Amino acid sequence: MTTIDPHVTGAGVDHVDAHSGERADGLLASVADWITTTDHKKIGRLFIGSSLLLLLGVAALGVLLGIERIDATDAMLDAGAMPQLFSLYRLVLTFGVVVPFGLGLALTIVPLQLGARSLAFPRLAAAGFWAWLLGTGMVIGSIVANGGPGGGDEHMVQLFLVSMALAVVGLVAAAGSIAVSVLTTRAPGMNMRRVPLFSWSALVYALGLLLALPVLFGVLVLLFVDHRNGRSTFGGNVGIAGWLRVSASQPATVLYAVPVFGLLLETVATATRKRLPMRGVGLIGIGLVGTALFAGVAQVDAGLSRDLIDLELGDALREIVPYAVLNALPLLGGVVVLLVFLLAAAGRPRIQSPLLFSFFGAGMVLVGLLGNAVYHVGDAQLAGTVFEEGAWIYVSYGTVIALLGGVVYWGPKIWGRSIADKKVLPLALLGVLATILASLPYYIAGFADQLGDTAAYPDYSGPSELWNTLVAVGHGLMALTVLAFVGLAVQSFTKGERAGDDPWDGQTLEWATSSPAPADNFADVHVISSAEPLLDLKPARSEGAA
Amino acid sequence: MYALPAAPPPAPRRQLFVGTALACAAATTFFGGLIALFVRFRQEALSVTEGEWKPAAAKVPEVPTNVMLLAFLFIGIFAQWAVYAARRQHKGGTALALGLVALLGIAVLNSQAFVYRQMGLGLGDGTYQTMFYVVTGAFVALLIAGLVFTVVAAFRYLGGRTSEREIISAHAMYWYFLSAMYVVLWFVVYVTK
Repeated sequence: MTTIDPHVTGAGVDHVDAHSGERADGLLASVADWITTTDHKKIGRLFIGSSLLLLLGVAALGVLLGIERIDATDAMLDAGAMPQLFSLYRLVLTFGVVVPFGLGLALTIVPLQLGARSLAFPRLAAAGFWAWLLGTGMVIGSIVANGGPGGGDEHMVQLFLVSMALAVVGLVAAAGSIAVSVLTTRAPGMNMRRVPLFSWSALVYALGLLLALPVLFGVLVLLFVDHRNGRSTFGGNVGIAGWLRVSASQPATVLYAVPVFGLLLETVATATRKRLPMRGVGLIGIGLVGTALFAGVAQVDAGLSRDLIDLELGDALREIVPYAVLNALPLLGGVVVLLVFLLAAAGRPRIQSPLLFSFFGAGMVLVGLLGNAVYHVGDAQLAGTVFEEGAWIYVSYGTVIALLGGVVYWGPKIWGRSIADKKVLPLALLGVLATILASLPYYIAGFADQLGDTAAYPDYSGPSELWNTLVAVGHGLMALTVLAFVGLAVQSFTKGERAGDDPWDGQTLEWATSSPAPADNFADVHVISSAEPLLDLKPARSEGAA
Repeated sequence: MYALPAAPPPAPRRQLFVGTALACAAATTFFGGLIALFVRFRQEALSVTEGEWKPAAAKVPEVPTNVMLLAFLFIGIFAQWAVYAARRQHKGGTALALGLVALLGIAVLNSQAFVYRQMGLGLGDGTYQTMFYVVTGAFVALLIAGLVFTVVAAFRYLGGRTSEREIISAHAMYWYFLSAMYVVLWFVVYVTK
């Protein structure tokens, strides 16, 4: 049986009483329902909710670390714990927030966009969520208990490695489920060129994670065996941070921003009520951003040396080709998507909050991509400085902002109610301000040689206190943004205005079902004959109106 | 709600087969990463003057490692035989082929245990030892997963779900993947050492 068959039994169906068809009552039943659910919309929401909660904690930690850096000579926190705190901050923001948030949104929306009744391998995705949650919880717990990179407690260091591996396995499981869904559960008539843009980006994203994260898992296994046997091949507890850093820093983290570009094109097409111009080029652009996976697979950080101009052609190419593949190709992909966006935006889009969130988010990611390309140029002399951290924050927070836009956009389809544009729009602006404050000062401080991933740095010519204060304020604003967004979302999605089935005048299949979408998504399997099946049904309203 | 044209139930799209292919791709980067680190540490150890990588006393038993390579050749043949028999609804042939795959898989596992015993290395004795056990251990884990896959495929198919030939094809693909991985392992760890 496939997940687009007309009668679904078991997988993907919510827990409903078999005889009465009514939802089992009671808190306990509800909890049990959420724990054992195989409904992709619930699994996705579990990922989204957990990652947003973790984001609040990470942003608070960012504030603490920012304050700690304001005065390099005066330590507020235990100096010995700083490597652990910086690792906690980087690993949790990357693997506890950015990656699962993207996966959560994809798990929730992709089957609906494909016209499928459920996700492929929903139990695998559910198991992936619980493995990730347990692993992430133990990662935090082990670092707090003096484990993690540079940790002093041997057992907690080992627990950290096992937990991290568990979290990675969970993410891979969820990614596998998404990739198989896009490849096998599309509605009749939906060939790969007609796959909705967000689903396409989810496929690129999931395949990238499937190929890159197992390498990180292998490294974790080696680190564990090495540490457990008292060896120091990998640098002991101090060396762990260096081995894990590649997967949680630029350019590997660019892969985790791929869904942002699908969302950007999806929302602009909806806002213009027209077919996206040069859609195929947009698909290629998203694919190019996905080439960032090579950094995760090869576990390398390729840069251009300072004496590049003096090198023989062969030696120069040995530097230029890896640099171009790892740093320039994803940037090129981002620029291609931006050009398609600008072309579409010429069609005078309606100003809607999801479009603004995704535009601002993608803009931040692009600034991060540009920073990454500059960081790896030897003549810039930025290696080891906070410049990389600035680029990484741009990409990570930019991704979060865009994905928040995704929650606003598809919220009506998930909860049946919508967030008022006027209420949520300021949060998009606040999020952008937070991201810029948390990142841009580090671009400047990087050129002034402030060291990265440490609170101690030599005195440099420049207002170091100002830069680090601004960064701390930026993280604080991001925490505030997320807190306000969660509050507004909870209020709007529980008591807000009821949304229609197609509140944005959408173009893709998810808007063809009721809001909120029923447990098995669609009453019938639909046949489609274009990439914008709903637009085919309303040409007079959409294309004529423009 | 929009009146999109309804479709008849679509043909199955081989989710298990595609899922297995993606799992194989993921396992390839996992295993490939470990092999790459093995080669890197070997290169670093040998680049030092009079540097030692593999302890001189540790001898790789060539017979069992070569026999394992041969076993994988036959595993591939038997796994494909299972696909051939399943397509023809030949239950007995499918059962025999899957049984032979499982038997040879267990034989490979036994050979690997023999190699461990013969080499007598301690896991924490040195970088080579650590890398050797992690790389071969990862392969053993993938092999055990293959054996579980064989048992599940056999139970499902022989339990009467003979229309589900997809699992037999996916099973064959997984063993091809394991065979390819073993060829790499054999060359890097047991031949060039």
